[in-house]
Amino acid sequence: MNRDVAMGGPAAVRRTRGAFGRKLAQGWKAAKKNKVSYLFAAPYMLLFFTFTALPVLVSLVLGFTSFNLLEAPMFVGMDNYIRLFLGDDIFVKAIGNTFLMAVMVGPIGYAMCLVFAWLINELPRAWRTFLTLIFYAPSISGNIYLVWGVLFNKDAYGYANALLLRYNFISTPILWFENPEYMLGLVVLVALWTSVGTSFLSFIAGLQGIDRSLYEAAAVDGIRNRWQELWYVTLPSMKPQLMFGAVMSITGAFSSGAIVTALCGMPSVDYAAHTIVNHLEDYGSVRFEMGYASAIATVLFLIMIGSNKLVQKLLSKVGE
Amino acid sequence: MIHIKLSRSKNGIRRSYFADFGIYLFLTAFGLFMVLPMVYAVSNAIKPLEELWYFPPRFLVNHPTLENFRDLFVVMSDSWVPFSRYVFNTAFITAVGTAGHVVLASLCAYVLSKHTFPGKGFLFSIVVLSLMFSGTVTQIPNFIIIASLGWIDSYSALIVPAFASSLGLYLMKQFMDQMIPDAVLESARMDGASEWKIFWHIAMPMVKPAWLTLIIFSIQGLWGIGANQFIQSEELKTLNYALSQILAGGIARTGTGSAAAVMMMIVPIIVFIISQSKIIETMSASGMKE
Repeated sequence: MNRDVAMGGPAAVRRTRGAFGRKLAQGWKAAKKNKVSYLFAAPYMLLFFTFTALPVLVSLVLGFTSFNLLEAPMFVGMDNYIRLFLGDDIFVKAIGNTFLMAVMVGPIGYAMCLVFAWLINELPRAWRTFLTLIFYAPSISGNIYLVWGVLFNKDAYGYANALLLRYNFISTPILWFENPEYMLGLVVLVALWTSVGTSFLSFIAGLQGIDRSLYEAAAVDGIRNRWQELWYVTLPSMKPQLMFGAVMSITGAFSSGAIVTALCGMPSVDYAAHTIVNHLEDYGSVRFEMGYASAIATVLFLIMIGSNKLVQKLLSKVGE
Repeated sequence: MIHIKLSRSKNGIRRSYFADFGIYLFLTAFGLFMVLPMVYAVSNAIKPLEELWYFPPRFLVNHPTLENFRDLFVVMSDSWVPFSRYVFNTAFITAVGTAGHVVLASLCAYVLSKHTFPGKGFLFSIVVLSLMFSGTVTQIPNFIIIASLGWIDSYSALIVPAFASSLGLYLMKQFMDQMIPDAVLESARMDGASEWKIFWHIAMPMVKPAWLTLIIFSIQGLWGIGANQFIQSEELKTLNYALSQILAGGIARTGTGSAAAVMMMIVPIIVFIISQSKIIETMSASGMKE
């Protein structure tokens, strides 16, 4: 506290005293001096702002309007948000499903990535290479997850049904992706299957980058078992990768929508597997209520940022 | 018998063989869970028609055939846009999108990592923030922007936005922070090299694993691109779109569908196998730095 005042205080006062014009002139001089830097960054940044930053801003603004793509957007204030939370039962259901899926897919997927990476890292090189490929492959194979639709096909030719029929567990085929009892569980299963992706690779890399002498030092300091070793040495040394993996897992978990549409149809029976992303697509690309869809996007965006902040706070406790 | 020696002494900690056995069992179980659906897809893709109709269905193929792959190219070319056109579209989008992304992201990452200029911290933190949301959130405005640029129904709608994906810049910057010593750049500047020369002939060769990784991620992302809201003409649509159309045909198309699915998955997997060690080398330099 005292150090803050000592360091930040006087500097802050000086900054406010500086005239705006002088700052502008300085800025221009700096820009001219750094023109190569700006020139190098410009092409990427221009495209980044056009296709990533600008869309987010546009979406935030559109959330307060009524807009059908044909007529000009009309400002409606908080109407979309009021309708979302008070008048839209399906959205409330979608939020429930999304959180349910995110809570299952996010942490379990993250844990899978970490545990697999940790265990694989102890294997000899050839096995490590082979298993890395096996675990990583489903997430990079495009929409190969559609094969689950064949395995769990609703007629007797679906693999799961055929197996259950053959051993007399059931007498009629189960409509896997149309029965609200099974569909959410199956979607979670498929989402988990595809979730061992970028974070997994980054964990493996993080584990391989840990300085071996840290373990020796820890052993001297009295670390007794592999759990202590994991908590006090391994995890703290790969904190940057843990953070990166968390961001990737959270984003992935909250944006599962394509799997639901591909396996359960759109909308899913009784909206039993309807997620926020599905709701967004419903209003965005089917009903063309862009203002409303943008409000949905904004809610999703806020949820993602909130979860990321929460998880970063939790991760900062690792190794303490 | 394959013997895997799990116990290691290098950390100075003894491990029980019982726990090692558990680990082995655990990895095998989950490995099977991960790999069996893919084996099933491959096996279905090389099954002759009559085997697809066996009841109960067989997991593995008895008499493998390449008929299904031939069907993709031959039979589909009579009735619809030739299948090879979808392959070409996807390959073209992937190649151009990846090349542009690697060059532009590296250029930008280079100055973010090695130059100091006003606004640098702000630019990088916005890119980091943008890692936190998925493309779905920006779908609608993206559509509006691409429509107002007049890019609907053109390759540009899929290629140009891919140039500026945030993951690539992020990884590249982290890697350059770690791998390029400032002293090397300084001495090059003393010798009078231009910034472009320094970037292209000194910095880029030093971070070869990094841009190899970028290439991999970019190929993986673009090869699976569907995005049919931007493309209406059948002859500009992608492989991923074609695959979902074939699979939507139901059980009758299982064989061709599986063949298409295998075509989809084989390219990213091959690219990954070729470059696996390089990727991991790069990833160890990345991570969220606060």
